[in-house]
Amino acid sequence: MKNSLTESDQSSWYEATARQRVDGLLDPGSFKEFVEPTARQISPHLHLFDLPEAFDDGIVVGWGTMKGREILIAAQEGRFMGGTFGEVHGGKLVGLLRFAARSRSAPRAVLMLLDTGGVRLQEANAGELAVSEIIRAILEARAGGVAVIALIGGRAGAFGGGGIMAACCSRIVVSEHGRLGVTGPEVIETNRGVEEFDSRNRPLVWQVTGGKTRRLLGGADAYAADNIKSFRDAAIRLLDKAPNFDLPTMELEQERLARRLKQFGECDSTTAIWQKMNIAERDRIAELSDAEFDRLAQLQAEANHDAR
Amino acid sequence: MTLDELLGKLFPAGHESHVDEAGILSGTGLYGEDRVAAVLGVVNQAPLGIEGALALSGCVLQVIRQSPRQPIVVLLDGQSQRMRRRDEMLGLNEYLAHLTKCFVLARQRGHRTVGVMFGTIAAGAFISTGLAQDLLVAVAGANPQVMDMPSIARVTKLPREKLDALSKTTPVFAPGLNHAMPIGAVVEIWEGQGIATKLAAALQEPAGRPDRRDQLGLERKGRLKAAEIAQRVEKEADAYAAIVAKT
Repeated sequence: MKNSLTESDQSSWYEATARQRVDGLLDPGSFKEFVEPTARQISPHLHLFDLPEAFDDGIVVGWGTMKGREILIAAQEGRFMGGTFGEVHGGKLVGLLRFAARSRSAPRAVLMLLDTGGVRLQEANAGELAVSEIIRAILEARAGGVAVIALIGGRAGAFGGGGIMAACCSRIVVSEHGRLGVTGPEVIETNRGVEEFDSRNRPLVWQVTGGKTRRLLGGADAYAADNIKSFRDAAIRLLDKAPNFDLPTMELEQERLARRLKQFGECDSTTAIWQKMNIAERDRIAELSDAEFDRLAQLQAEANHDAR
Repeated sequence: MTLDELLGKLFPAGHESHVDEAGILSGTGLYGEDRVAAVLGVVNQAPLGIEGALALSGCVLQVIRQSPRQPIVVLLDGQSQRMRRRDEMLGLNEYLAHLTKCFVLARQRGHRTVGVMFGTIAAGAFISTGLAQDLLVAVAGANPQVMDMPSIARVTKLPREKLDALSKTTPVFAPGLNHAMPIGAVVEIWEGQGIATKLAAALQEPAGRPDRRDQLGLERKGRLKAAEIAQRVEKEADAYAAIVAKT
């Protein structure tokens, strides 16, 4: 039985499955999935590793309406293989974005519900190339005037190729749970030692990669509370504010990232960064309520820009 | 092959370039009769951190601004992205994404881009450099990776012997050029004499062509599903668009 609207609006983004997020975001009954699970397009590689397969290979792609507006949507299932990009998983997203870039009949907006540890190592070469193909298709769609919005708040966050991909989108929405980065804390600890990054120090992990840090530094463009309604509201607000993908935008992003490096390149903690930004609440960012934090973020110059 | 040897082979008519402390190469080279290409890259086996990525994207933007349609040759002998807490805190994902975007923007604006691997390039650094170009080729010493085999063994919790055996039957996961070719990531291997001629010919091709790497992977039988799945999604989306248009 389908949840009532109010229930799904309030349900936790973090706890929801990919399909629950899609159902919750879109107008009831409006979702049309492409290459559905009944097509049984499973990974041709996982069986070599004696691993279980999924009939959707951990991603849902399709078309629906959100508050009456036509959109394309893709949602990764962080609970299947960590939401990782394999050959089939990646191919579905490539197809959706190529359609967005090519077809005059396609909706002018794509929502990417990322929940991924990055490339699936059991099919690493195919996954890495899929990430590159997806990024190119995102940028072709953007160049054609399509808004591509990343929504990040699941348990896998957006890491590896997924973290790079997120920052290639027009706009990014994060919740507090939405961790975003390239190399995950465990991999840094494995490669560089526990002195470099103690991956079991949860407050530290959240300070370095978490949604609040990303939002304050300008690595995300909107902050959402951990519920589906908040993500939907943020996505709708951002859809009409997508920056063009062109030379002026890239020049502005170059300046923005150079300014960040110059201002904060010597800082060894987020607290030191917030001090330089003159944020009075710097020692209790983690304790701020969603509303308090959102207000604070909207006041920061670095957090509010069109340079992406 | 050293950087100097490679530069000499690619640009026998002349080149001048500089490598900064982050391992970022920038300069120009002469190809064909007397045409100028921008020469950029990540060299000296350097990891790509925020300083290097920002310097390189700055170089790409400068070429776009100052030399419309000038080809860009990207030489690669690096490693992975820099794995440091500080780089992650400052948003390395944005710096690598920005670099990727600048290369793709250059292609869209008519700059033909050719990546030439002559050493290792891995993971996020590979996505934002080699895999972002119009054409990616390899010369002696090239070693593209997503992750090294010991790390793959650790993450997948599979014994190294089993992985080594598997890597002989499928190109889909293991590092190295002999796996990057069949899946369509690397288009050509340039060997022996005549590299300069090959480069000059490659630079004459139009920039920003559609991405055909999944077709290449299919033709080479290294990536059999990717193209089929993408096309199937596109086809179903086209069919649905026709239904939406009628309502």
